[in-house]
Order: sequence, then C-alpha cells, then structure tokens
Amino acid sequence: MRKAIRFLRKGKVVELDQFEPTTTLLDYLRLSERSTGTKEGCGEGDCGACTIAIGRLRNGELVYEPVNSCILLLGQIDGCELVSVEDLEGPEGLHPVQQALFELHGSQCGFCTPGFVMSLFTLYHANKPGLSRADVNEWIAGNLCRCTGYRPIVDAALEACCSGLNDAFSARAEQTREALEALHDEQDVLVGEDAGFFYAPANFQSLLDTYAEHPDATLVSGSTDVGLWITKHLRDLPKIIYLGRVIGLGTCYEDEQGIRLGASASYAVAEEFLKTIDPDLDVVMSRIGSKQVRASGTVGGNIANGSPIGDMPPMLIALGAEIELQSNRGRRNLPLEHFFIDYGKQDIAENEVLTSISVPRLKSGEHFRAYKISKRFDQDISAVMAAFCLTVKDGVVEHARMAFGGMAGVPKRAGGAEVAIVGARLDEPDSWVHALSALERDFSPLTDMRASGAYRQKVACSLLEKALLELSDQSAASMRVHGQRAPVFGDAHVN
Amino acid sequence: MSTDLLETRVAENNQLQAVGQPHKHDSARKHVSGKATYIDDMIEPVGTLHVAPGYSTAAACGRITKIDLAAVRAAPGVVAVLEAGDIPGVNDCSPAMGDDPVLVSERIAFHGQLIFLIVAQTRLQARKAAKLAHIDVQAEAALISVADALKADQTVLPDYEFRRGSPEAKLERAAHTVRSSFALGGQEHFYLEGQVAFAFPGEDGDMTVHSSTQHPTEVQHTVAKVLGVDEAEVTVEVRRMGGAFGGKESQANQWAALAALAAHATGRPCKCRLDRDDDMILTGKRHDFLVDLDAGYDGTGKIEAVKINLNSRCGHSADLSLGINDRAMFHADNSYYYTDLTIRSKRLKTNTVSNTAFRGFGGPQGMFAAERMMDAIAIKLGLDPLDVRKVNFYREGENTTPYGQPVEEHELLATLVDQLEASCAYRARRKAVEAFNAENKVLKKGIALTPVKFGISFTLRHLNQAGALVHLYRDGSVHLNHGGTEMGQGLYQKVAQITATEMGVPLSKVKITATNTSKVANTSPTAASSGTDLNGMAAAIACREIVGRLKAFVAERFDVSETDIEFLDDQVFISGEAKFSIKKLAQLAYENRIHLSSSGFYKTPKIIWDRDKVEGRPFFYFSYGASCSEVLIDTLTGEMKVERVDVLHDVGKSLNPALDIGQIEGGFVQGMGWLTSEELWFDDVGRLRTHAPSTYKIPTASDVPEEFNVSLFESEGNPEETIYRSKAVGEPPLMLPISVFCAINDAIASLNKGVLPKLDAPATPEAILNAVQAIKRGEVD
Repeated sequence: MRKAIRFLRKGKVVELDQFEPTTTLLDYLRLSERSTGTKEGCGEGDCGACTIAIGRLRNGELVYEPVNSCILLLGQIDGCELVSVEDLEGPEGLHPVQQALFELHGSQCGFCTPGFVMSLFTLYHANKPGLSRADVNEWIAGNLCRCTGYRPIVDAALEACCSGLNDAFSARAEQTREALEALHDEQDVLVGEDAGFFYAPANFQSLLDTYAEHPDATLVSGSTDVGLWITKHLRDLPKIIYLGRVIGLGTCYEDEQGIRLGASASYAVAEEFLKTIDPDLDVVMSRIGSKQVRASGTVGGNIANGSPIGDMPPMLIALGAEIELQSNRGRRNLPLEHFFIDYGKQDIAENEVLTSISVPRLKSGEHFRAYKISKRFDQDISAVMAAFCLTVKDGVVEHARMAFGGMAGVPKRAGGAEVAIVGARLDEPDSWVHALSALERDFSPLTDMRASGAYRQKVACSLLEKALLELSDQSAASMRVHGQRAPVFGDAHVN
Repeated sequence: MSTDLLETRVAENNQLQAVGQPHKHDSARKHVSGKATYIDDMIEPVGTLHVAPGYSTAAACGRITKIDLAAVRAAPGVVAVLEAGDIPGVNDCSPAMGDDPVLVSERIAFHGQLIFLIVAQTRLQARKAAKLAHIDVQAEAALISVADALKADQTVLPDYEFRRGSPEAKLERAAHTVRSSFALGGQEHFYLEGQVAFAFPGEDGDMTVHSSTQHPTEVQHTVAKVLGVDEAEVTVEVRRMGGAFGGKESQANQWAALAALAAHATGRPCKCRLDRDDDMILTGKRHDFLVDLDAGYDGTGKIEAVKINLNSRCGHSADLSLGINDRAMFHADNSYYYTDLTIRSKRLKTNTVSNTAFRGFGGPQGMFAAERMMDAIAIKLGLDPLDVRKVNFYREGENTTPYGQPVEEHELLATLVDQLEASCAYRARRKAVEAFNAENKVLKKGIALTPVKFGISFTLRHLNQAGALVHLYRDGSVHLNHGGTEMGQGLYQKVAQITATEMGVPLSKVKITATNTSKVANTSPTAASSGTDLNGMAAAIACREIVGRLKAFVAERFDVSETDIEFLDDQVFISGEAKFSIKKLAQLAYENRIHLSSSGFYKTPKIIWDRDKVEGRPFFYFSYGASCSEVLIDTLTGEMKVERVDVLHDVGKSLNPALDIGQIEGGFVQGMGWLTSEELWFDDVGRLRTHAPSTYKIPTASDVPEEFNVSLFESEGNPEETIYRSKAVGEPPLMLPISVFCAINDAIASLNKGVLPKLDAPATPEAILNAVQAIKRGEVD
C-alpha cells in the first residue's frame, strides 16, 4: 500500500501524502501551488478556462489529454504528468500554440486563453497533419470564448498544429515516458484515514473489499459528474474510491459477439471501439460533453450514476447492450435497459460495482440510426436523444429497438412504436403512420429549460420519420443539417 | 481573408506611426502565457478572508418572516455574518435611483435577492456556510414574464413615446398593412471572469477596492455610500476584466460593496468572487421584449406609417432601464425613414433580477423590431426583403429620425450595402437558395442581408466626458492613465497607440497603467462604445499639452519656429532633421523646469438632447455596417446551421484594424448566440433555471460559419472630429447577426409563400420547429 500520490510536474516527481479527498486539481494549482495561470470560469467543466494537460502512457505511448481541472480530483493524477499554462513558455520563448495565438490575435479579454492554450497544446501533441477547421472546432468545443468569435483561435490552431512536433515536450518525451513508467506500480494507494480518505486501488479484489467495508464511500471514475457534487452541490464526500487505477477495469476489447468496454474506460477510449459498430455512434459521441469531458468521463460512470439525460444509454439500449455488476457476493449480468428502474433509481445493490458493458455488433439486416437534438450542436445536453435499430428485409421492417433519452425519467424503449413499426414498408410512408402515432403514446415527456414536453414529443416522432426517410432514400446525406454520417456499406441495400 | 486586409490597412496607415497599425492587444503575450493578472490571481495578503452571498431559495417575492443564521455563524471557518442592519452607510448599490438594496431584511423582490453575507477563512467555507441559513418567506404571487407585468400594468419607470405625424390615420388609409407580435429573448453576459472584488482596508477608514468593473467611479461612490465615508476615502482600481459586455457597468457595485463591508467589519482584506451559478442568478441580463408592430406601406414596400410598442422586462428595479429602453426606441428605425410614426416604450416591473446594460444597450432590440417589419412587408408583398429595405433607407429629404436628428451619412449606408450585396453575390445566391428549396423537402435554406445604423454617444449627456493623465519621465518613457477600462476590447492599446503617436515615441515607451479613481476622477463607465472616442481624445489632449510646452521650450532654446519642430520616431526633428532623442529632450526640459505631466479632459461636442420635448441631437454620429447570412434548417427537427456570413463594417479610419476586426467578429458571434441558442428560462416560481453553461448555451467554435468573411469598409474617415477620424466599434457589430435570424425566417417563409412565420427569438430548434409547423398549417403571425 502506497500512502501518497505521485505525479510528474515540471520534470520532477511530486509526492503528496496529505490532502482533502475532494480537493480539485484546480484548487491545488491555484491555492496550493499559487499557479494562477489556470482560471476558473464555471466550476463545472463546461467552459474550459481551467483546462490543463495530463501526460500519461497509453499502450506505452506518451499522450497528452486535455481535462477540466475544476472538476478533476487531485488524487486522479497519480502516475501522470501535470502540465499547466505556465509550463509551456521556455527559454526559447513561447510554445508554438502560444505564439500562434499571440500572432493571430487569438485573445481579447484573455481569461479563457490559458484554457485554449492547453487544449491546443494537446491538439499539437495529437500531431495530426491535414487538420481541418471542423477538426479544430470539435477539439475546442469544450472551450468557451465570449470575445473573439473563435475565428482567430481556429486560425492559430491550424497554424501551429499541422507541422509536426517540435517543442520542449516532444524533445524530452523519452525522459518523460521513462519517468512515468517509473511512477507506474501496481500498489493500492491510500491517502487519509478510515474516517476520510482518497483510495485508489490497483487490485480489483481490494476495490471490492474496501467498498464492502465502506459502503458509504463514493466511487469516482472520471469525476465529470461527482466533481459537480463537490463544486456545485457543496456535498461533503469524506470517502473517495477512485476506479481509474484498477487493473483491467478500463480494458476494452472486441470479439465475435461484439465489443466489451471496461467500466472505467473513458469516452475517448470507448469511442474508438464503438464507432466501428456504426458511424452514427461516432457522430453522437463526438458531441458528448467535450474533448476534456470525454478524456476523463467514462461510459460506465454515466450509466452507474443513472443520469436520465446521458446520450450513451439510448444508443446502447437500442443496440441491445448488457452490463456486468460485481461485488464480494459475486457477479451478475443484465440488459442495460433493466438497470434503469426509475428516476434516480438503478438496479445496483449496496457495494456493487459496474464492471463492464457488452455491446453486440449489428447483425445482417440491422440498421442503426442515432440523433441528438440540443439547443447547441456541440457540448450540450440533449433535449431528446433517439436511437433506432431496425431490422429490414426486402424493404419491410421486421423488428425494431427504439430507445430515447430526455423523454422520461430514465432512458427508455418505445414499446408501442417498436411493435407498430413491424411490417412497415420503407417505400410507403403511409405505412409508417401507425408507428408514429404509437410513439406519441409511448411517452409523456416533461417540460424543462432544455425543451417543452410538446417539442420533445414532436421531435421524437420527427426523428423516427427521419430514420425511415434516411433508410428509404439513397441520398441520406441531404437529410441532416449537420453531423453527417459516413456512408456505410449495407445502407444502400435496404430496399 | 482578414490577413490581406490587415496588410492593406498597414500600408495605408504607416505614415501615422502607431495609430492605424494592427498592434496586438497590449496583454496578448501575458494572456497566452498565463501571466495576465486578474483580481482573483492577485497575491493574497496573510489574513485574507472570503465573502459569499446569502439568499433564500424559497420564493421570488414576499415578506421575510424569519432569518435564522445561527448555523451559519457556527459553521467552520466563519468569521462574520453581516445583515442589512450591519451596513454603516446607505443600504443601496443602484446606479442612480436608490432602489437596489445591498441586503434586504423585510421583503425579497426577486429570487436570489441577497439577505446576508458570510465572511470566512476560505471561499469554500463561506459558500458551504451560506447553505445553512433558515429563512422563511411568505411567498406572494410573482410577476415573472413580460406578459405577467403587462397584464398587471406594473412599471419601474414611466412610459415614453416618440411620435410624428398621424400614424393611426395613415395606417387606416394605407394600401397595405401588416401587424406582427413577437417575443425577443434576453441574454446572459457570460463574461468568462465572473464578478469579483477584493477590498483592502487602510488607515483612517480608507478602503481600496480592486473591482472587475467597467465603472470604477461608480464602484467608488457606491462603496463610500455604503460604508458612510467620503468618496475621497475610497480608491477603486481595475487593471483588466475577463470580459464584461455591459454586465459590469452597474452590476459590479454590489460585489464591491460586499467585499468592502466585510473588510470594514473585520479589518482584514476581503475578497468576494461569485460562483458562476450565483453570478448568473444574482446579476441582470439583456432585457427581453414583447413587441407589437403595425406598418402601413405601398406596393413597393415603402412605409407610410408605423406603430411600434416595445415592452421590456426590467426586473425589480430601474437600474439602467431608462437609457436602455430609450436606446431601443432610438434604434427602432434602424436605417429606415418612417414618415408618420409612434414608437412607445413600456418599462415593466417584474419579480426578477434587475436587467441591465448589455452590448448594444437596448439598441439591438429596437433594431430587431425594424428588421422584423421589413421581412413582414416583403413576405406579404412577395418581394425580396433586401429591396424592401432599400426602398425604405434614409435618403436626401427623408433623413430625419423619429427623434429629430438628421442622418447625415445616409449615402454611406447605401454605398456600403451595395458593396456588400455585390461582394457576397447576394442575388445569385438568392436564386441558388430558391433552387435548393425547390429540390429539398426536409432541409430548407434562407438568406438575408440586413443593415446596421447605431448611434454613438451616451444619451445621458453628462457621461460624454473623459479624463486622462500623462507623464513624460526623464528617460523618455511615458506613463499613461485614463478613465477607460480594459475588458478585452483593446482600449488600452488603442489609447497607447494614440499616445505614442502624439508624443512621437515608440509604442514600447508608453507604459499602460491600471484604471484608478485616484489618478483620473469622476470618470464615466466604459460603455456605449465610447471608450476610445472619449479616452483616446482625452489622452491626446493631455499629450498635446505636454508636447506644446516642449515645443515652446525647444523653440525658445534653439531659436526656431514651433511649426518647424516635430516629435517622431523617438526623435526631435527640427526643420525635418533629427536633432536629438526624446529622452534627451525630457532631461533637458526637466532641468529647465518644464512641467512634464498633464491631465487631459474631453467632452463630446455637438450633442444636445431634450428628452421631454423629444428633440435635439443625442448622437455625435452613427456607425454603420451590414451583413449577409445564409442558413440551413431542418423542417423535421428545427435544427439550424449558419452556412456563410459576409460582413462589411464601417469603423471610419481604423485606429487598429486587428482589434476592430476582433470586435466585429466577436460581436457578430455574440449577437448570433443571442438570437439562436441562448435562452433564459424561468420556472413557475420565478427561478432562473439556465444559470450555468450546462444549461445556457453560448456559441462554440462549431457554430461559427465555415465561411465567415469580414471586411472593413473603405472609409474616408468619420466626418465628425473624432480621434483620428475613427468610429466606435464596440457595440454596433452585435446587431449584424440579425441577418442570421432573418435568414432563418426566410427559410421558414419558403414553406408557404405570403405567410409570416411565427418565429420568436431566440430561434432555438424548438422555436424553429414550432414556426415550421405553424406555417405548414397556414397560421398567420
């Protein structure tokens, strides 16, 4: 058992053996280090002013990922390199991304700028020649700027991030990699006492044992949700169990049945696997949260917290995903849709841990469509999230799974519409009417700040209609204002 | 795109030295390296305490029946808890009317109105303690929406009207008429740096406050009033703000007052930095409006009579609502001549946070009404909306505004619009849009080209004054200070460029210093786009005073004529020949007892305004611009994408084209957010539920059109004697994206020719889908 966290900072190893378990990384930077370059804009991971870069090894390679330090817990950076805006300028001058932002008038009030610098720093290290404006837009969707209108920032990104790696960080990448490897161990980490602790087990059994012993502890995976319990709800969470170090819990792989996602795999990691099922998963996942949120947030955490508005559950339910839960008493599997019982109520027992999600691939004749409707295209919570998995044979719908978010207190299937759609002909819109009116009866959505119940009802039907139109029309690309899906072999053979 | 443009501007202006060059923002290098210091970044002295606001979450309005703060006082780290009774001076932080209590004790008038404040060792402790209060409020029926207040006929200020001719009679006789009613949403500022103030108590009751404010003088006055001390005992300083947009004009007062109250009570430095959610709940926004309009016009769309009713939600108090609603009226003509007209304004009182200044200051709402009217007329007549706009433009003989001021540059506007129409290929694209719509059932396109004419000057005449303080030191360096504040717009740099040019020194020799009420006193807010016009001129006047003394000295000393002396490139030129450095001159002048410091004072000429008689010239001049937007909508879901935007904007002779383009692009995107994705949503109780970026959606990078062409209009220069013939640029661009809204309207209108879309702003997917379904059913606006 290690009694301190360790991380790499400005080339040196920092060890901390005393801190409040809920200390955020931003408070550590601003209040303990007095590194005030990193700003707090919103305290909930939505504006990106607090963005910092985390250097870590993924498959042995050093990568830099942007994260929102305002909702990340200090303990989560154990074993990582912490890079903040102050670290980029060297004796040779500004970093290329800083230089480009400077030269191209990328700042006005300057308050969001350190966050943009750090997002662009991670884009720079992603080393993607041939970057487009759209690529940059997606990368910085988690950074809000109220002054510039973004044009000069995107110009700066294109200027700085397209011509290879040539900065101090890439020059010392090998040393950094070695330093991070040296930090890597398979010990459980515990900072604090029984009454209050930050616990980051490496061993799966230790996780189950400790959780059994402390059922009142809070499990934290990405902290993109729990972080807000701390910064916004001001909750006292004396016992934190962090899942990010548990060996194997973040492992994703694919086999003949489909894809298995480890519960603590980040959205960013999971996306690489899921997008091979259908391009719409890629389209929607690139709009979940932001680059920062997807770098820390996990699909497992989103499910386990039972959010009624997550974008993943409707898609996973439509695909027929199953989850696995484990505790000291054993393991069990259940279809994801059964996990969500009611608003705020999930089928999870005390000290049970969600361990994995299994997602089957589409079978022959199955067609998937997913749509996210929100006030803003990027980084918004959906008013309605719709996912359809339709089995079509000879132009006739034989079977359907339709799942929606934002339409009820939980992500939910449209039972009536699923039945009513069977037998509908893609080339006869009149035959869709039963399903569309059944769908209206399937839900009684609420009105809130994201949309009225009436709009949700209407748009849910519109989305089913859109899915059918897209499947019946070869030129599907013309059906969407944005978020075009890539063509898939198979779609053309629907009829 | 803009890079070429910048180079052109540089070539044109290089004879003017620092002025006219695309210098970077003065703090750009510090911004990118994280070294720019905002108030929360200042080193905290040992003993610094933190302040959090305390309020009731129970109701929007009602009598307070119990305030139990025992648990708050007992919470860990709490040093003091202050209530209304602890205020030594006057319990008011309003800008003028005396109707904004710092803390209330008897009644709350809106959800979130402050009742107490906590002072604790840490900010987290203060915030946690705030949650422990037990406050009971006997809830009363609250007026939340504009419609609620209209029904109850509750106002914060008297109605006001512009009237000319006989609009009612003319409307009756007009060949065609149209009537339209619509809602126009408010807007949260969402400055990235939230409200913050840091107060340092001094000896003899002195108080120094670092405040993120556009109006340090008003913060100074408020703190003095609240503490019950003389204004001379309070100093307020601000180096920079992390954005403001009007939200820190009057509404920075309260947080500075809280910090000062806490510092006064504890004798320790106290900082008040609002949490984002509190910031959004507790501070005012852009006024939302319900507008009714009637227009009578002929077969060409030319307007014969206009009736416009502007009803706005002011909130629980007056704040700046007088000027804001007046400005809405001043802009309800936009660029169009109304022969017979009535423009009426109702300033409604609601149980919501007091709405306040926001870039445009009411102007955008008034202008929006004018543009809705143009679209309505065009749709009814089946004409291209651009043609209807043009036929109504101010022109010779028809150039008197509804408030009597003539539009002197009407030809400029027509030229500018013609140039944009050609450069963006409006007519060809209009055809392409029609062809697209004929072919596509689900997706529809729309296009619109709209003008902007925005009046420059504070309509409250006495605010049109400014001061500056300039020192020349013996090493030739220059200290610059003025009453304007830096919120990202680049004011400090523009004034430094002016100073460098006037003094004949390189820009690097001009030291920019923080705005401070003890250096330049009795300042106006940095608002109304006037920052550069006013402070730039004041600085130039201060420089000219010093330069005048120096020239007189050189003339006498070297026996030359003053007209042969020039200060350029850090050198003293006599008869065109460089003789010695400014540094040497400064030293020499000092030794000869020449005063090397000066203040400068400027007041805008020409403006007079008699509000009661509705006559005069409230504006020194107008700024102009136009934009063309093309959008794509989804008629199944209401989703929308802005595909292309072209902007041509008039800044007179640009002082700094890079900063000006930054203001235009940034203003455009901010205004686009206002009219599309940014929606303020109050629940039945009157609680704002969109109080964080998770629920309130300002544009992100992907909302900016891929094709975004912004150009500066090739101007002869401002005909008025402004600083180097430039024009103000802060607010006008915010109104350019009205073309985005009009393009959406155009796309919807294509579904049923001749029918007005029932589209409210913001045009969220929901608003668009509602309008689409209504027009398909043939419902008329």
